[in-house]
Amino acid sequence: MLRKLLLTTSLLCATGAVQAADLVTPSQALAATCFNCHGPHGVSTAAIPSLAGRTSASIVETMAEYKTGKRTGTIMPQIAKGYTDEQIALIATYFSQQKQ
Amino acid sequence: MQSRRKFLAGAATVGAIGLAPALSGCASTTRSAAGKGKVVIVGAGYGGSTAAKYIRDWSGNAIEVTVVDPGDAFISCPVSNLVIAGAKSMQDITTSYDALRTRHGVKWVKSMVESIDPAAHTVKLANGDTLKYDKLVVSPGIDLMFDTVKGLKAANEAGKLLISMKAGPETVALRQQIESMPDGGVFALSVPKAPFRCPPGPYERATLVAAYFKKHKPKSKVIIFDANDKVQSKEPLFKKAWAEMYAGMVEYVPDRNVVGVNAQTMEVEFEVDNPVKADVLNVIPQQRAGVIAQQTGLANMNGRWCAVDYKTFESSVHKDIHVLGDSIQISPLMPKSGHMANQHAKVAAAAIVSMLYDQPVNNHPVVMNTCYSMVSFDKAIHVATVHQYNEKEKTYLTVPGSGGISAGLSDVESHYAEAWATNIWRDSLS
Repeated sequence: MLRKLLLTTSLLCATGAVQAADLVTPSQALAATCFNCHGPHGVSTAAIPSLAGRTSASIVETMAEYKTGKRTGTIMPQIAKGYTDEQIALIATYFSQQKQ
Repeated sequence: MQSRRKFLAGAATVGAIGLAPALSGCASTTRSAAGKGKVVIVGAGYGGSTAAKYIRDWSGNAIEVTVVDPGDAFISCPVSNLVIAGAKSMQDITTSYDALRTRHGVKWVKSMVESIDPAAHTVKLANGDTLKYDKLVVSPGIDLMFDTVKGLKAANEAGKLLISMKAGPETVALRQQIESMPDGGVFALSVPKAPFRCPPGPYERATLVAAYFKKHKPKSKVIIFDANDKVQSKEPLFKKAWAEMYAGMVEYVPDRNVVGVNAQTMEVEFEVDNPVKADVLNVIPQQRAGVIAQQTGLANMNGRWCAVDYKTFESSVHKDIHVLGDSIQISPLMPKSGHMANQHAKVAAAAIVSMLYDQPVNNHPVVMNTCYSMVSFDKAIHVATVHQYNEKEKTYLTVPGSGGISAGLSDVESHYAEAWATNIWRDSLS
């Protein structure tokens, strides 16, 4: 009985640790604005490209090129201009840490 | 606008303090995994479903979430115009709620909320049960203001005149009316005064019905009576589509407010101008926040929409009630759209998790909108906006120079439109 209780307690502690790690960060909150089109956690299953697993540098560079007009696109040049460079860096960090 | 330093400092605080309550929870064997509070969500559309998923995810499943919705499955309003035009089926726009229940552990009650007691923090359900909440999310969509159009309610109840601003049986019925219309007939659609659900929606519908006519009933016509002085979304692009793809088939009449309908003669009536007869009438009336929001006194703006604190989406009327989606009083240039409801839900979910963990909320939320409209069965157009929270103005403001509409009628964007639907349904429901 005691053994069972201790086991339950340790499981609850494990859950507690997960809870803390999962509390939403600014990086997550910002990246979540991209999920609608690019899929949850940046994993797309359709014609819009995935962002999950891309390097942070490549996302930052692509967004910078959309902003300056160096790179053309249908919708992304318009959206890129709506985010600050700091926000784009946070978003890029998030997606670089996700599994494709 | 808030400085980056302060924003990041806020982030560090959330991260650091975030550990404390969870770890201290381990010291006690009495704390359950669901010990961080109970959230009840009213309505499982784009707003409610997304909120349910992200409150569970972002609390590490520690917050108990119960959704109350009468529907069997999620039926999307976006893309439903393709069902009306005969290019998609109801199955194509329907998604099961199972993943929210099984994968995310969301509790589900298939019922309606009859009343909310904000003081007692309880909701009473039509099935007789009462649920207690620490936080309540109200995402009920819109209520149609039938009394703004004489004869509309009776005609709608008789099934003669469909509105179809909520995807479901009316979507199918409107499709049937258009399908059984004779070649050479008239489909008349009316747009209410803004704001209304899905600003491009009525124009997309008219355009897609024209696409169907062009293929199957080429002598038929589409007339749009708009209570507004101009097309409310993507104006140059819809006008381009009507001129280039549907010349002589689509007639657009601005400043023409429908005040009545006659289901016997199938006529729409206006303030001054002569009535117009059509074979199929689709009169879209003005709208307001969903009934439960009205009943609870949340709709404090012109008696129609619910004012919220845009950082948390908490009602400005009742504490611990958060309102999402089409029911809210919008910030400048913010559309009432499914995409936007999903974005509201994420800001609210993050805020609710923080509040239940006694953490500071994010001081600088961002929301954005992307909306594709089909203008034929293989061409689409978009509008996009990014809205940054402005601390000084206490509202969301669009970023100057950002956002915009398509360069033209686009083949490639029709594929993006389809991908948008696939991914937002996954984001909200899987």
